[in-house]
Amino acid sequence: MSVYTPEQKVKLARYPGRPGTADYIQNLFTDFFEQRGDRQCRDDSSILGGVARFHGRPVTVIGHRKGRTMEEKLRFNFGMPGPEGYRKAQRLMRQAEKFGRPIITFIDTPGAYPGRDAEERGQGEAIAQCLALMSSLTVPVVAVVIGEGGSGGALALGVANRVLMLENAVYSVLSPEGFASILWKDASRSGEACSVMKLTAQDLRSSGVVQAVLKEPEGGAHTDPQAVYRTVDAALRRELAALGRVNKRSLARQRYQLFRSMGQDLHPARGAAV
Amino acid sequence: MNLFFTRRGKKENTEPLKAAWEDQITSQSPKTCPACGQASPADQWHKRGQVCPKCGYHAPIGAYYRLSFLLDPGSFQELDRDLLPADPLDFPGYPQKLSDLEQSTGMMEAAVSALGSIEGHRAVFAVLDSSFLMGSMGTAVGEKITRAAETAQRQRLPLIIFAASGGARMQEGILSLMQMAKTAAAIQRFQSARGLYISCLTHPTTGGVTASFASLGDVMLSEPGALIGFAGPRVIEQTIHEKLPAGFQRAEYLLEHGFLDQVVPREQWRSVLGQILSLHEKGGR
Repeated sequence: MSVYTPEQKVKLARYPGRPGTADYIQNLFTDFFEQRGDRQCRDDSSILGGVARFHGRPVTVIGHRKGRTMEEKLRFNFGMPGPEGYRKAQRLMRQAEKFGRPIITFIDTPGAYPGRDAEERGQGEAIAQCLALMSSLTVPVVAVVIGEGGSGGALALGVANRVLMLENAVYSVLSPEGFASILWKDASRSGEACSVMKLTAQDLRSSGVVQAVLKEPEGGAHTDPQAVYRTVDAALRRELAALGRVNKRSLARQRYQLFRSMGQDLHPARGAAV
Repeated sequence: MNLFFTRRGKKENTEPLKAAWEDQITSQSPKTCPACGQASPADQWHKRGQVCPKCGYHAPIGAYYRLSFLLDPGSFQELDRDLLPADPLDFPGYPQKLSDLEQSTGMMEAAVSALGSIEGHRAVFAVLDSSFLMGSMGTAVGEKITRAAETAQRQRLPLIIFAASGGARMQEGILSLMQMAKTAAAIQRFQSARGLYISCLTHPTTGGVTASFASLGDVMLSEPGALIGFAGPRVIEQTIHEKLPAGFQRAEYLLEHGFLDQVVPREQWRSVLGQILSLHEKGGR
Protein backbone atom coordinates (compact mmCIF):
# COMPACT_ATOMS: atom_id res chain seq x y z
CA MET A 1 0.00 0.00 0.00
CA SER A 2 1.30 3.40 -0.92
CA VAL A 3 1.69 6.25 1.49
CA TYR A 4 0.20 8.86 -0.80
CA THR A 5 -3.45 9.81 -1.10
CA PRO A 6 -5.00 9.86 -4.58
CA GLU A 7 -4.90 13.65 -4.51
CA GLN A 8 -1.18 13.66 -3.67
CA LYS A 9 -0.57 11.18 -6.46
CA VAL A 10 -2.24 13.52 -8.94
CA LYS A 11 0.24 16.19 -7.84
CA LEU A 12 3.19 13.79 -8.10
CA ALA A 13 2.05 12.57 -11.51
CA ARG A 14 1.95 16.16 -12.76
CA TYR A 15 5.17 17.30 -11.14
CA PRO A 16 7.30 18.95 -13.85
CA GLY A 17 10.51 17.35 -12.53
CA ARG A 18 9.10 13.88 -13.09
CA PRO A 19 10.82 11.89 -15.87
CA GLY A 20 8.95 12.26 -19.15
CA THR A 21 8.87 10.44 -22.48
CA ALA A 22 12.02 12.15 -23.76
CA ASP A 23 13.91 11.05 -20.62
CA TYR A 24 12.83 7.44 -21.00
CA ILE A 25 13.81 7.43 -24.65
CA GLN A 26 17.20 8.85 -23.83
CA ASN A 27 17.91 6.48 -20.96
CA LEU A 28 16.31 3.20 -22.03
CA PHE A 29 16.99 3.19 -25.77
CA THR A 30 19.92 3.63 -28.11
CA ASP A 31 20.12 4.87 -31.67
CA PHE A 32 16.86 6.86 -31.45
CA PHE A 33 15.80 8.15 -34.84
CA GLU A 34 12.98 10.68 -34.48
CA GLN A 35 10.22 10.65 -37.07
CA ARG A 36 8.16 13.76 -37.42
CA GLY A 37 5.01 14.91 -39.13
CA ASP A 38 1.64 13.48 -40.06
CA ARG A 39 2.28 13.81 -43.83
CA GLN A 40 -0.88 15.87 -44.13
CA CYS A 41 -0.34 19.29 -42.68
CA ARG A 42 2.12 19.54 -39.79
CA ASP A 43 4.25 18.06 -37.07
CA ASP A 44 2.72 17.97 -33.63
CA SER A 45 5.62 18.01 -31.20
CA SER A 46 3.49 17.05 -28.21
CA ILE A 47 3.81 13.52 -29.55
CA LEU A 48 7.40 12.30 -29.71
CA GLY A 49 8.13 9.18 -31.67
CA GLY A 50 10.48 7.23 -33.87
CA VAL A 51 12.54 4.09 -34.18
CA ALA A 52 15.15 3.12 -31.62
CA ARG A 53 16.94 0.08 -30.31
CA PHE A 54 15.80 -1.51 -27.10
CA HIS A 55 18.58 -3.84 -25.95
CA GLY A 56 19.77 -3.99 -29.51
CA ARG A 57 16.42 -4.70 -31.11
CA PRO A 58 14.66 -2.06 -33.24
CA VAL A 59 11.33 -0.96 -31.80
CA THR A 60 8.93 1.87 -32.46
CA VAL A 61 8.60 4.19 -29.51
CA ILE A 62 5.86 6.82 -29.17
CA GLY A 63 4.88 9.02 -26.25
CA HIS A 64 3.27 12.23 -25.09
CA ARG A 65 5.80 14.97 -24.44
CA LYS A 66 5.05 17.70 -21.93
CA GLY A 67 8.37 19.49 -21.62
CA ARG A 68 9.91 20.82 -18.44
CA THR A 69 10.81 24.48 -18.90
CA MET A 70 8.16 27.05 -19.76
CA GLU A 71 9.61 27.40 -23.23
CA GLU A 72 9.39 23.65 -23.78
CA LYS A 73 5.91 23.46 -22.36
CA LEU A 74 4.71 26.09 -24.79
CA ARG A 75 6.46 24.37 -27.67
CA PHE A 76 4.94 21.00 -26.78
CA ASN A 77 1.56 22.50 -25.94
CA PHE A 78 1.78 21.12 -22.37
CA GLY A 79 1.60 17.61 -23.72
CA MET A 80 -1.84 18.07 -25.26
CA PRO A 81 -1.79 16.69 -28.81
CA GLY A 82 -3.99 17.75 -31.66
CA PRO A 83 -5.22 15.43 -34.41
CA GLU A 84 -1.87 15.74 -36.22
CA GLY A 85 -0.15 14.18 -33.23
CA TYR A 86 -2.48 11.21 -33.26
CA ARG A 87 -2.11 10.87 -37.02
CA LYS A 88 1.67 10.91 -36.65
CA ALA A 89 1.31 8.17 -34.05
CA GLN A 90 -0.82 6.16 -36.49
CA ARG A 91 1.75 6.58 -39.21
CA LEU A 92 4.50 5.30 -36.94
CA MET A 93 2.38 2.38 -35.78
CA ARG A 94 1.61 1.35 -39.37
CA GLN A 95 5.33 1.32 -40.08
CA ALA A 96 5.96 -0.76 -36.99
CA GLU A 97 3.35 -3.21 -38.27
CA LYS A 98 4.92 -3.23 -41.72
CA PHE A 99 8.43 -3.88 -40.43
CA GLY A 100 7.39 -6.19 -37.63
CA ARG A 101 8.70 -3.98 -34.84
CA PRO A 102 7.25 -4.07 -31.33
CA ILE A 103 5.67 -0.80 -30.18
CA ILE A 104 6.33 0.83 -26.83
CA THR A 105 4.22 3.82 -25.83
CA PHE A 106 4.63 6.25 -22.92
CA ILE A 107 1.46 7.89 -21.68
CA ASP A 108 1.70 11.30 -20.04
CA THR A 109 -0.90 13.89 -21.01
CA PRO A 110 -3.58 16.03 -19.38
CA GLY A 111 -5.69 15.13 -22.42
CA ALA A 112 -6.13 15.91 -26.10
CA TYR A 113 -6.06 19.63 -26.87
CA PRO A 114 -9.51 21.23 -26.77
CA GLY A 115 -8.80 23.91 -29.37
CA ARG A 116 -10.49 25.35 -32.39
CA ASP A 117 -7.97 24.06 -34.94
CA ALA A 118 -7.93 20.65 -33.31
CA GLU A 119 -11.70 20.36 -33.72
CA GLU A 120 -11.60 21.71 -37.25
CA ARG A 121 -9.15 18.99 -38.24
CA GLY A 122 -11.02 16.17 -36.55
CA GLN A 123 -9.67 15.54 -33.05
CA GLY A 124 -12.35 12.94 -32.39
CA GLU A 125 -11.78 11.11 -35.63
CA ALA A 126 -8.00 11.05 -35.11
CA ILE A 127 -8.33 9.50 -31.65
CA ALA A 128 -10.96 7.01 -32.85
CA GLN A 129 -8.66 5.88 -35.67
CA CYS A 130 -5.79 5.42 -33.20
CA LEU A 131 -7.96 3.15 -31.06
CA ALA A 132 -9.17 1.14 -34.04
CA LEU A 133 -5.69 0.79 -35.50
CA MET A 134 -4.02 -0.21 -32.24
CA SER A 135 -6.68 -2.84 -31.62
CA SER A 136 -5.79 -4.58 -34.88
CA LEU A 137 -1.97 -4.53 -34.84
CA THR A 138 -0.17 -7.87 -35.05
CA VAL A 139 3.04 -6.72 -33.35
CA PRO A 140 3.59 -6.64 -29.57
CA VAL A 141 2.37 -3.38 -28.00
CA VAL A 142 3.31 -2.36 -24.46
CA ALA A 143 2.07 0.90 -22.93
CA VAL A 144 3.49 2.52 -19.81
CA VAL A 145 1.53 5.19 -17.97
CA ILE A 146 4.42 7.26 -16.63
CA GLY A 147 2.63 10.37 -15.35
CA GLU A 148 -0.80 11.70 -16.14
CA GLY A 149 -3.19 9.52 -18.14
CA GLY A 150 -5.89 12.00 -19.03
CA SER A 151 -8.95 10.86 -20.92
CA GLY A 152 -9.21 9.86 -24.58
CA GLY A 153 -5.99 11.66 -25.41
CA ALA A 154 -4.14 9.17 -23.18
CA LEU A 155 -6.10 6.11 -24.23
CA ALA A 156 -5.26 6.87 -27.86
CA LEU A 157 -1.77 5.48 -27.15
CA GLY A 158 -2.99 2.91 -24.67
CA VAL A 159 -4.59 0.04 -26.57
CA ALA A 160 -1.75 -2.35 -25.75
CA ASN A 161 -1.25 -6.03 -25.02
CA ARG A 162 0.05 -5.01 -21.63
CA VAL A 163 -0.60 -1.70 -19.89
CA LEU A 164 1.95 -0.95 -17.17
CA MET A 165 1.69 1.92 -14.75
CA LEU A 166 4.10 3.63 -12.43
CA GLU A 167 3.10 3.52 -8.80
CA ASN A 168 2.32 7.22 -8.54
CA ALA A 169 0.94 7.77 -12.02
CA VAL A 170 -2.78 8.37 -12.51
CA TYR A 171 -5.17 7.40 -15.30
CA SER A 172 -8.74 8.59 -15.52
CA VAL A 173 -11.78 9.24 -17.67
CA LEU A 174 -11.19 12.98 -17.28
CA SER A 175 -9.02 15.25 -15.14
CA PRO A 176 -10.29 15.47 -11.56
CA GLU A 177 -11.03 19.15 -12.21
CA GLY A 178 -13.11 18.35 -15.28
CA PHE A 179 -14.83 15.51 -13.46
CA ALA A 180 -15.83 17.76 -10.56
CA SER A 181 -16.99 20.51 -12.85
CA ILE A 182 -19.18 18.15 -14.90
CA LEU A 183 -20.69 16.23 -12.01
CA TRP A 184 -20.85 18.86 -9.32
CA LYS A 185 -20.55 22.04 -11.39
CA ASP A 186 -17.61 22.93 -9.19
CA ALA A 187 -14.01 22.41 -10.36
CA SER A 188 -12.70 23.33 -6.91
CA ARG A 189 -13.97 19.99 -5.60
CA SER A 190 -11.25 18.20 -7.57
CA GLY A 191 -9.69 16.84 -4.36
CA GLU A 192 -12.93 15.05 -3.58
CA ALA A 193 -13.06 13.84 -7.17
CA CYS A 194 -9.60 12.27 -6.80
CA SER A 195 -10.82 10.13 -3.94
CA VAL A 196 -13.90 8.74 -5.73
CA MET A 197 -12.48 8.31 -9.23
CA LYS A 198 -10.27 5.26 -8.52
CA LEU A 199 -7.52 6.70 -10.65
CA THR A 200 -4.44 5.32 -8.91
CA ALA A 201 -2.30 2.49 -10.25
CA GLN A 202 -3.43 0.23 -7.43
CA ASP A 203 -7.13 0.90 -8.15
CA LEU A 204 -6.64 0.31 -11.85
CA ARG A 205 -4.71 -2.87 -11.25
CA SER A 206 -7.63 -4.28 -9.32
CA SER A 207 -10.19 -3.22 -11.93
CA GLY A 208 -8.09 -4.90 -14.64
CA VAL A 209 -7.39 -1.72 -16.59
CA VAL A 210 -3.64 -2.04 -16.01
CA GLN A 211 -1.78 -5.31 -15.77
CA ALA A 212 1.21 -4.35 -13.64
CA VAL A 213 2.21 -1.60 -11.23
CA LEU A 214 5.85 -0.49 -11.30
CA LYS A 215 7.44 0.65 -8.06
CA GLU A 216 8.80 4.15 -7.67
CA PRO A 217 11.46 5.31 -5.24
CA GLU A 218 10.20 6.75 -2.00
CA GLY A 219 9.23 10.35 -2.64
CA GLY A 220 8.32 9.70 -6.27
CA ALA A 221 9.99 9.06 -9.63
CA HIS A 222 11.73 12.46 -9.72
CA THR A 223 13.75 11.74 -6.58
CA ASP A 224 15.76 8.97 -8.24
CA PRO A 225 15.15 8.84 -11.98
CA GLN A 226 17.92 6.26 -12.56
CA ALA A 227 16.14 3.80 -10.30
CA VAL A 228 12.90 4.35 -12.23
CA TYR A 229 14.64 3.82 -15.57
CA ARG A 230 16.00 0.52 -14.29
CA THR A 231 12.53 -0.55 -13.13
CA VAL A 232 10.83 0.40 -16.39
CA ASP A 233 13.64 -1.14 -18.42
CA ALA A 234 13.34 -4.45 -16.60
CA ALA A 235 9.56 -4.44 -16.94
CA LEU A 236 9.68 -3.71 -20.67
CA ARG A 237 12.28 -6.44 -21.21
CA ARG A 238 10.14 -8.92 -19.36
CA GLU A 239 6.94 -8.00 -21.22
CA LEU A 240 8.55 -7.94 -24.66
CA ALA A 241 10.22 -11.27 -24.03
CA ALA A 242 6.88 -12.82 -23.07
CA LEU A 243 5.02 -11.23 -26.00
CA GLY A 244 7.81 -12.28 -28.36
CA ARG A 245 6.75 -15.87 -27.87
CA VAL A 246 3.18 -15.16 -29.02
CA ASN A 247 2.31 -15.43 -32.70
CA LYS A 248 0.98 -12.46 -34.69
CA ARG A 249 -2.66 -13.45 -34.80
CA SER A 250 -2.72 -14.29 -31.13
CA LEU A 251 -1.20 -10.90 -30.29
CA ALA A 252 -4.06 -9.11 -32.01
CA ARG A 253 -6.62 -11.49 -30.54
CA GLN A 254 -5.21 -11.20 -27.02
CA ARG A 255 -5.25 -7.39 -27.21
CA TYR A 256 -8.79 -7.40 -28.54
CA GLN A 257 -9.91 -9.69 -25.73
CA LEU A 258 -8.22 -7.55 -23.10
CA PHE A 259 -10.26 -4.51 -24.08
CA ARG A 260 -13.37 -6.46 -25.04
CA SER A 261 -13.52 -7.72 -21.49
CA MET A 262 -13.43 -4.27 -19.86
CA GLY A 263 -16.66 -3.94 -17.95
CA GLN A 264 -17.94 -7.18 -19.46
CA ASP A 265 -18.13 -9.00 -16.14
CA LEU A 266 -20.58 -6.33 -14.98
CA HIS A 267 -22.91 -7.41 -17.76
CA PRO A 268 -22.83 -11.18 -18.12
CA ALA A 269 -24.00 -12.39 -21.51
CA ARG A 270 -27.46 -13.82 -21.33
CA GLY A 271 -27.77 -15.15 -24.84
CA ALA A 272 -29.90 -12.18 -25.74
CA ALA A 273 -28.57 -12.14 -29.28
CA VAL A 274 -30.55 -14.17 -31.76
CA MET B 1 -42.11 -10.45 -43.72
CA ASN B 2 -41.54 -11.04 -40.06
CA LEU B 3 -41.39 -14.78 -40.29
CA PHE B 4 -37.62 -14.57 -40.29
CA PHE B 5 -37.47 -12.72 -37.03
CA THR B 6 -39.85 -15.02 -35.25
CA ARG B 7 -38.54 -18.31 -36.50
CA ARG B 8 -36.64 -19.10 -33.33
CA GLY B 9 -39.68 -18.60 -31.24
CA LYS B 10 -38.80 -15.01 -30.43
CA LYS B 11 -41.67 -12.66 -30.99
CA GLU B 12 -40.85 -9.14 -31.96
CA ASN B 13 -41.88 -6.82 -29.22
CA THR B 14 -43.00 -3.57 -30.76
CA GLU B 15 -44.58 -2.33 -27.55
CA PRO B 16 -41.85 0.19 -26.64
CA LEU B 17 -42.06 1.67 -30.13
CA LYS B 18 -45.83 1.94 -30.08
CA ALA B 19 -45.72 3.53 -26.67
CA ALA B 20 -43.06 6.03 -27.77
CA TRP B 21 -45.03 6.85 -30.89
CA GLU B 22 -48.31 7.30 -29.12
CA ASP B 23 -46.68 9.29 -26.38
CA GLN B 24 -45.86 11.94 -28.96
CA ILE B 25 -49.43 12.38 -30.17
CA THR B 26 -51.22 12.44 -26.86
CA SER B 27 -50.18 16.01 -26.26
CA GLN B 28 -52.22 18.21 -28.57
CA SER B 29 -51.17 21.59 -27.29
CA PRO B 30 -49.14 23.76 -29.69
CA LYS B 31 -45.38 23.43 -29.36
CA THR B 32 -43.12 26.44 -29.54
CA CYS B 33 -39.91 25.96 -31.49
CA PRO B 34 -36.81 26.83 -29.45
CA ALA B 35 -35.03 27.88 -32.65
CA CYS B 36 -37.52 30.16 -34.41
CA GLY B 37 -39.88 30.87 -31.53
CA GLN B 38 -43.01 30.08 -33.55
CA ALA B 39 -45.75 27.79 -32.28
CA SER B 40 -47.12 24.91 -34.33
CA PRO B 41 -49.71 22.24 -33.48
CA ALA B 42 -48.23 19.17 -31.83
CA ASP B 43 -49.46 16.83 -34.55
CA GLN B 44 -47.59 18.87 -37.16
CA TRP B 45 -44.36 18.34 -35.23
CA HIS B 46 -45.15 14.68 -34.81
CA LYS B 47 -45.89 14.18 -38.50
CA ARG B 48 -42.34 15.26 -39.28
CA GLY B 49 -40.67 13.33 -36.47
CA GLN B 50 -40.41 16.37 -34.18
CA VAL B 51 -39.01 18.70 -36.79
CA CYS B 52 -40.31 22.27 -36.58
CA PRO B 53 -42.87 22.72 -39.39
CA LYS B 54 -41.90 26.39 -39.65
CA CYS B 55 -38.09 26.45 -39.66
CA GLY B 56 -36.95 22.84 -39.90
CA TYR B 57 -35.30 22.74 -36.48
CA HIS B 58 -34.65 19.13 -35.49
CA ALA B 59 -35.72 18.62 -31.88
CA PRO B 60 -33.86 15.87 -29.98
CA ILE B 61 -35.89 12.66 -29.88
CA GLY B 62 -35.79 9.44 -27.93
CA ALA B 63 -34.35 6.16 -29.19
CA TYR B 64 -37.64 4.26 -29.29
CA TYR B 65 -39.45 7.11 -30.99
CA ARG B 66 -36.74 7.31 -33.66
CA LEU B 67 -36.93 3.60 -34.31
CA SER B 68 -40.72 3.79 -34.48
CA PHE B 69 -40.62 5.75 -37.72
CA LEU B 70 -37.24 4.56 -39.00
CA LEU B 71 -37.91 0.84 -39.19
CA ASP B 72 -40.35 -1.10 -41.33
CA PRO B 73 -43.49 -1.61 -39.27
CA GLY B 74 -43.33 -4.80 -37.25
CA SER B 75 -39.64 -5.45 -37.96
CA PHE B 76 -38.31 -4.26 -34.60
CA GLN B 77 -36.79 -6.87 -32.34
CA GLU B 78 -34.94 -5.46 -29.39
CA LEU B 79 -31.56 -6.93 -28.41
CA ASP B 80 -30.09 -6.99 -24.90
CA ARG B 81 -33.07 -5.27 -23.35
CA ASP B 82 -32.09 -6.79 -20.02
CA LEU B 83 -28.58 -5.33 -20.09
CA LEU B 84 -28.70 -3.02 -17.10
CA PRO B 85 -26.31 -0.29 -15.92
CA ALA B 86 -23.63 -1.04 -13.34
CA ASP B 87 -21.96 1.09 -10.68
CA PRO B 88 -18.26 0.16 -10.67
CA LEU B 89 -17.13 3.23 -8.66
CA ASP B 90 -19.88 2.92 -6.02
CA PHE B 91 -20.50 6.49 -6.99
CA PRO B 92 -22.60 8.38 -4.44
CA GLY B 93 -26.18 8.85 -5.64
CA TYR B 94 -25.67 7.07 -8.97
CA PRO B 95 -27.99 4.06 -8.42
CA GLN B 96 -30.73 6.44 -7.27
CA LYS B 97 -30.18 8.64 -10.31
CA LEU B 98 -30.45 5.60 -12.58
CA SER B 99 -33.67 4.44 -11.04
CA ASP B 100 -35.14 7.95 -11.20
CA LEU B 101 -34.26 8.06 -14.89
CA GLU B 102 -35.85 4.70 -15.46
CA GLN B 103 -39.03 6.09 -13.92
CA SER B 104 -39.02 9.32 -15.89
CA THR B 105 -37.83 8.06 -19.26
CA GLY B 106 -39.04 4.47 -19.29
CA MET B 107 -35.54 3.50 -20.44
CA MET B 108 -33.11 1.39 -18.48
CA GLU B 109 -30.04 2.70 -20.26
CA ALA B 110 -29.00 5.34 -22.77
CA ALA B 111 -28.89 2.95 -25.73
CA VAL B 112 -31.37 0.70 -27.48
CA SER B 113 -30.17 -1.98 -29.87
CA ALA B 114 -32.34 -4.00 -32.18
CA LEU B 115 -32.71 -6.09 -35.27
CA GLY B 116 -34.92 -4.48 -37.83
CA SER B 117 -35.29 -3.57 -41.44
CA ILE B 118 -35.55 -0.49 -43.64
CA GLU B 119 -37.36 -0.85 -46.95
CA GLY B 120 -36.96 -4.58 -46.54
CA HIS B 121 -33.19 -4.48 -45.91
CA ARG B 122 -32.31 -6.11 -42.62
CA ALA B 123 -29.70 -4.56 -40.34
CA VAL B 124 -28.59 -4.32 -36.74
CA PHE B 125 -29.43 -0.96 -35.17
CA ALA B 126 -28.22 0.85 -32.07
CA VAL B 127 -29.63 4.20 -31.05
CA LEU B 128 -28.39 6.40 -28.22
CA ASP B 129 -30.86 8.52 -26.27
CA SER B 130 -29.82 11.93 -25.00
CA SER B 131 -32.66 12.05 -22.48
CA PHE B 132 -30.85 9.41 -20.40
CA LEU B 133 -27.79 11.00 -18.73
CA MET B 134 -27.00 12.87 -21.98
CA GLY B 135 -26.65 9.60 -23.84
CA SER B 136 -23.35 9.09 -22.05
CA MET B 137 -21.41 5.86 -22.57
CA GLY B 138 -20.79 3.74 -19.50
CA THR B 139 -20.14 0.03 -19.38
CA ALA B 140 -23.70 -0.96 -20.35
CA VAL B 141 -23.83 1.33 -23.39
CA GLY B 142 -20.35 0.20 -24.46
CA GLU B 143 -21.36 -3.43 -24.04
CA LYS B 144 -24.56 -2.90 -26.06
CA ILE B 145 -22.72 -1.22 -28.93
CA THR B 146 -20.07 -3.96 -28.89
CA ARG B 147 -22.66 -6.72 -28.90
CA ALA B 148 -24.53 -4.98 -31.70
CA ALA B 149 -21.33 -5.05 -33.80
CA GLU B 150 -20.76 -8.69 -32.88
CA THR B 151 -24.34 -9.63 -33.75
CA ALA B 152 -24.03 -7.83 -37.08
CA GLN B 153 -20.80 -9.69 -37.80
CA ARG B 154 -22.23 -13.06 -36.82
CA GLN B 155 -25.37 -12.58 -38.87
CA ARG B 156 -23.56 -10.81 -41.71
CA LEU B 157 -25.83 -7.81 -41.49
CA PRO B 158 -25.01 -4.12 -41.87
CA LEU B 159 -24.67 -2.08 -38.68
CA ILE B 160 -26.39 1.28 -38.29
CA ILE B 161 -25.73 3.37 -35.18
CA PHE B 162 -27.42 6.64 -34.30
CA ALA B 163 -25.19 8.53 -31.88
CA ALA B 164 -26.38 11.21 -29.46
CA SER B 165 -24.07 11.60 -26.54
CA GLY B 166 -22.23 13.91 -24.21
CA GLY B 167 -19.35 11.40 -24.19
CA ALA B 168 -18.00 8.98 -21.63
CA ARG B 169 -20.10 8.56 -18.49
CA MET B 170 -18.26 10.18 -15.59
CA GLN B 171 -20.07 8.20 -12.90
CA GLU B 172 -18.48 4.94 -14.08
CA GLY B 173 -14.96 6.34 -14.18
CA ILE B 174 -12.12 4.70 -16.09
CA LEU B 175 -14.26 1.81 -17.31
CA SER B 176 -16.30 4.33 -19.29
CA LEU B 177 -13.08 5.46 -20.95
CA MET B 178 -12.24 1.85 -21.76
CA GLN B 179 -15.55 1.49 -23.61
CA MET B 180 -14.04 3.78 -26.25
CA ALA B 181 -11.32 1.24 -26.95
CA LYS B 182 -13.75 -1.65 -26.71
CA THR B 183 -16.33 -0.23 -29.14
CA ALA B 184 -13.67 1.05 -31.57
CA ALA B 185 -12.05 -2.39 -31.57
CA ALA B 186 -15.39 -4.13 -32.16
CA ILE B 187 -16.16 -1.81 -35.08
CA GLN B 188 -12.69 -2.35 -36.52
CA ARG B 189 -13.11 -6.10 -36.29
CA PHE B 190 -16.56 -5.95 -37.90
CA GLN B 191 -15.23 -3.79 -40.73
CA SER B 192 -12.24 -6.07 -41.29
CA ALA B 193 -14.79 -8.83 -41.85
CA ARG B 194 -16.24 -6.61 -44.61
CA GLY B 195 -19.18 -5.47 -42.57
CA LEU B 196 -20.88 -2.23 -43.58
CA TYR B 197 -21.14 0.30 -40.75
CA ILE B 198 -23.21 3.43 -41.23
CA SER B 199 -22.66 6.01 -38.51
CA CYS B 200 -25.48 8.52 -38.10
CA LEU B 201 -24.71 11.48 -35.86
CA THR B 202 -27.46 13.43 -34.15
CA HIS B 203 -27.47 16.35 -31.77
CA PRO B 204 -25.25 16.32 -29.80
CA THR B 205 -22.40 13.88 -30.47
CA THR B 206 -19.34 14.80 -28.41
CA GLY B 207 -16.48 13.54 -26.26
CA GLY B 208 -15.62 9.88 -26.03
CA VAL B 209 -18.38 8.80 -28.39
CA THR B 210 -17.09 11.08 -31.14
CA ALA B 211 -13.59 9.81 -30.36
CA SER B 212 -14.60 6.17 -30.78
CA PHE B 213 -17.28 4.25 -32.67
CA ALA B 214 -19.20 7.30 -33.92
CA SER B 215 -16.30 8.52 -36.09
CA LEU B 216 -15.49 5.17 -37.65
CA GLY B 217 -18.37 4.69 -40.10
CA ASP B 218 -17.76 3.49 -43.64
CA VAL B 219 -20.46 6.03 -44.31
CA MET B 220 -20.73 9.10 -42.08
CA LEU B 221 -24.07 10.92 -41.93
CA SER B 222 -25.59 13.54 -39.68
CA GLU B 223 -28.85 15.31 -38.97
CA PRO B 224 -28.95 19.03 -39.83
CA GLY B 225 -27.69 21.36 -37.14
CA ALA B 226 -26.27 18.61 -34.93
CA LEU B 227 -23.38 19.63 -32.70
CA ILE B 228 -20.49 17.23 -33.34
CA GLY B 229 -17.08 17.47 -31.74
CA PHE B 230 -14.58 16.06 -29.30
CA ALA B 231 -14.36 18.96 -26.86
CA GLY B 232 -17.54 20.90 -26.15
CA PRO B 233 -17.75 24.54 -27.29
CA ARG B 234 -17.66 25.87 -23.73
CA VAL B 235 -14.43 24.05 -22.92
CA ILE B 236 -12.85 25.31 -26.14
CA GLU B 237 -13.87 28.90 -25.44
CA GLN B 238 -12.42 28.67 -21.95
CA THR B 239 -9.19 27.25 -23.36
CA ILE B 240 -8.58 29.65 -26.22
CA HIS B 241 -10.22 32.68 -24.59
CA GLU B 242 -12.20 33.64 -27.64
CA LYS B 243 -15.74 33.26 -28.92
CA LEU B 244 -16.30 30.54 -31.48
CA PRO B 245 -17.92 31.50 -34.76
CA ALA B 246 -21.59 30.71 -35.38
CA GLY B 247 -22.06 27.25 -36.82
CA PHE B 248 -18.77 25.95 -35.39
CA GLN B 249 -18.90 22.15 -34.85
CA ARG B 250 -22.32 21.92 -36.48
CA ALA B 251 -23.10 19.19 -39.01
CA GLU B 252 -22.87 21.56 -41.97
CA TYR B 253 -19.45 22.73 -40.77
CA LEU B 254 -18.19 19.16 -40.50
CA LEU B 255 -19.53 18.40 -43.95
CA GLU B 256 -17.54 21.34 -45.29
CA HIS B 257 -14.40 20.16 -43.50
CA GLY B 258 -14.59 16.69 -44.92
CA PHE B 259 -15.80 14.65 -41.96
CA LEU B 260 -19.25 13.70 -43.25
CA ASP B 261 -20.59 12.17 -46.44
CA GLN B 262 -23.96 13.87 -46.20
CA VAL B 263 -26.27 15.79 -43.93
CA VAL B 264 -29.64 14.05 -43.92
CA PRO B 265 -32.89 15.72 -42.83
CA ARG B 266 -34.91 13.53 -40.48
CA GLU B 267 -37.69 12.78 -42.91
CA GLN B 268 -35.16 11.40 -45.41
CA TRP B 269 -33.41 8.89 -43.16
CA ARG B 270 -35.45 5.95 -44.35
CA SER B 271 -34.90 6.61 -48.03
CA VAL B 272 -31.20 7.49 -47.67
CA LEU B 273 -30.41 4.50 -45.47
CA GLY B 274 -32.53 2.29 -47.73
CA GLN B 275 -30.51 3.45 -50.72
CA ILE B 276 -27.14 2.83 -49.03
CA LEU B 277 -28.22 -0.60 -47.81
CA SER B 278 -29.43 -1.49 -51.26
CA LEU B 279 -26.18 -0.31 -52.88
CA HIS B 280 -24.21 -2.57 -50.57
CA GLU B 281 -26.47 -5.54 -50.86
CA LYS B 282 -24.34 -7.70 -53.15
CA GLY B 283 -20.96 -8.57 -51.70
CA GLY B 284 -21.24 -5.94 -49.01
CA ARG B 285 -22.55 -7.91 -46.11
